Amino acid sequence: MERLGGRVIGFADKDVTSASKGETLYDSIRIIGQYTDVIAMRHPLEGSARRAAEATNKPILNGGDGANQHPTQTLLDLFTIQETQKKLIGLSIALAGDLKYGRTVHSLTQALTRFSPRLYFIAPKTLQMPEHYLEELKKNKIKFSLHEKMEDVIKQVDIFYLTRIQKERFADQMDYERVKNSFRLTLAHMTCVKKNLKILHPLPRVNELDSKIDATTHAYYFQQAENGLYVRQALLGAVLGKI
Amino acid sequence: MTQDKKLLVSAIKNGTVIDHINAGQALKIIRFLNLAAQNKLVTVGLNLPSKLMKTKDLIKVEDWEISLEEANQVALIAPQATINIIKQYQMFKKFALKLPEKIEHLLVCPNPKCITNHEPMDSFFYVKMRGQKVEVSCKYCEKQFALDEIKDYKI
Repeated sequence: MERLGGRVIGFADKDVTSASKGETLYDSIRIIGQYTDVIAMRHPLEGSARRAAEATNKPILNGGDGANQHPTQTLLDLFTIQETQKKLIGLSIALAGDLKYGRTVHSLTQALTRFSPRLYFIAPKTLQMPEHYLEELKKNKIKFSLHEKMEDVIKQVDIFYLTRIQKERFADQMDYERVKNSFRLTLAHMTCVKKNLKILHPLPRVNELDSKIDATTHAYYFQQAENGLYVRQALLGAVLGKI
Repeated sequence: MTQDKKLLVSAIKNGTVIDHINAGQALKIIRFLNLAAQNKLVTVGLNLPSKLMKTKDLIKVEDWEISLEEANQVALIAPQATINIIKQYQMFKKFALKLPEKIEHLLVCPNPKCITNHEPMDSFFYVKMRGQKVEVSCKYCEKQFALDEIKDYKI
């Protein structure tokens, strides 16, 4: 926002807002909307962005609402896929990692249904894509399959979208350790892959993405993160009527 | 009237009869429609014998006329229920039940992380059929639930 010449009234922590005094989200947004032209918010509760949009006529940008959606990430993901493959339609795309709770993969899956992809979902059984997203794909006649191992599909895809497996999602920490060590993309996976394969990751990464991949032509996650800046600037410009 | 044909729940003069409720659902409907708070005479039959359904539940409410919106809410719980308005012991009006497209206020979202469970606000669900089952999806957290996953109502 500041790079675009705007000013930011912001708070990274709810403890410095009236929410800590028990003010409702509706009231907070109604007040904040009177001071601002646009509101970008990240909130731990699901549906909070939609609720916020009901409280003000100023544009609300959802920067993530709990485990529900992360639409601006999806816009930059789509932009990056287009940039690397020169098209969006008809691509083979693998989504891997925490597909159950990962909001980026939920939003991206929904958005991709518009571009006739072939989708591969790779996750430990307990973290597979929720059923209602798969139902949505079936309804839209999108081909997909479920897998547990990365090596089963990586040779076939144009985009490999990897996400972090989060420790706090596991009730049993032993299970986490087991998955953490087995669910890891390494240089060994990079043999015989498609030349145009690009690895994407919403970052931060932990153990699931070997840093040795950074030097390959397939790594594109840092450019993806940079695209985040441009796409969000473009979005701010669009909602403020400047583009 | 012979002993066999005797009505198990007595007839009402004026009011609403909700019949052919699948057994076990009548109390849910009473809660759903907040009938206990209406101060009306409500008689309930549970697990009554039925030729069509083997067993059924039945609700009769004296001096109370169900609205179309409320009747459609009954369809959520008991899609095969029949609802008749009674006047002077005769059937005056019969409702053709239709699932509502949306339900405001009534349901509590089972998702503990849904904003509707943390703000003083109305819930809002879209209703759709999935095969034979009614499914609702929360407008806010976007999660989908089978109706029997909804355990709480805002009444």
